[in-house]
Amino acid sequence: MASTAPQIAAQMPTEWRDFFALTKPRVMTLVIFTAICGVLAAPGTIHPIIGFTAILAIAMGAGGSAVLNMWWEADIDAGMKRTRSRPLPGGRMRREDARDFGIFLSGVSVVLMGLAVGWLAAALLLGAIIYYAVIYTMWLKPRTPQNIVIGGGAGAFPPLIGWVAVTGEITAMPILLFAIIFFWTPPHFWALALFVQSDYAKVGIPMLPVVAGEKATRRQIMAYTVLLAPIAIAPWWIGGTGWIYGSCAVVLSALFLILAVPVFTRMREETDTMQPEKALFKFSIVYLFVLFAALVADRVAAYQGWPA
Amino acid sequence: MTPEEEREFIRRRKARNWVVAGTLVFFVVLFYAITIVRIGAQH
Repeated sequence: MASTAPQIAAQMPTEWRDFFALTKPRVMTLVIFTAICGVLAAPGTIHPIIGFTAILAIAMGAGGSAVLNMWWEADIDAGMKRTRSRPLPGGRMRREDARDFGIFLSGVSVVLMGLAVGWLAAALLLGAIIYYAVIYTMWLKPRTPQNIVIGGGAGAFPPLIGWVAVTGEITAMPILLFAIIFFWTPPHFWALALFVQSDYAKVGIPMLPVVAGEKATRRQIMAYTVLLAPIAIAPWWIGGTGWIYGSCAVVLSALFLILAVPVFTRMREETDTMQPEKALFKFSIVYLFVLFAALVADRVAAYQGWPA
Repeated sequence: MTPEEEREFIRRRKARNWVVAGTLVFFVVLFYAITIVRIGAQH
């Protein structure tokens, strides 16, 4: 198989769908959602065309760095069941094409952001791409069990960049949005890692449950959930939002903590169905969507002149 | 290359060319719109 696959890849033009698949379209939906929330929640106005271009540039930057991630990890992906049939390990594309496509997409996204929106947002976008493709993928992911924490940093950039695209300056609020996703990612991902059998160990990626064990993972889920609560409520404390966001943040944080406690205190048993872990994972997705939607609703209400 | 492979080759190349053409047209329209908005903002 190893001898025929590159041959096919060299002979046939790659399907455009395989190029599209390299950009991780499913991850991009969350990137686009949080970026839109950053743009809509920021104080000030932005022309709809420029706002659309800012979202497009963020999506293209996320896509470009995802392509570079897949280019770099093609060998790792080939060793795992979940990722074995991706375009590169599946032998449907030449590696150099993936690398060039990733660099091109990333470069165009930064220039587009700079020319159409502003160079501070463009610089942040470039920083996010380098952070994900180089610092995370190439350097730290294979080296530390805290890789999910670091990877969460990459996912935290879109609302920050969206906000800065509107205001043109970095203030406390966009940094708090960054921090919310940063501290949300570890409990979200590790809850999943507890109940999904993965073969990361086989390919040498040090995921926390594999390296430090289940007990340490449960403790760290709790730690990050506790840290997340004050950060999620902080935008309201500092007066950056009104009561709509504030009340949502308090209720959501309380629910997140309530669901995290059983995950923290229990251990896996024989023939365990892992219900608390599954519940925490599912809720974590609802948590982020509702929190960011509340942020936008809060801004809309302020424009409508509702009492804060 | 067998005739089937050649047909597949041409199909893939054609599909890719359409995607590239569509992307280019999209960006031409987008850059036109951005230019109009940014010139408008200066007055």
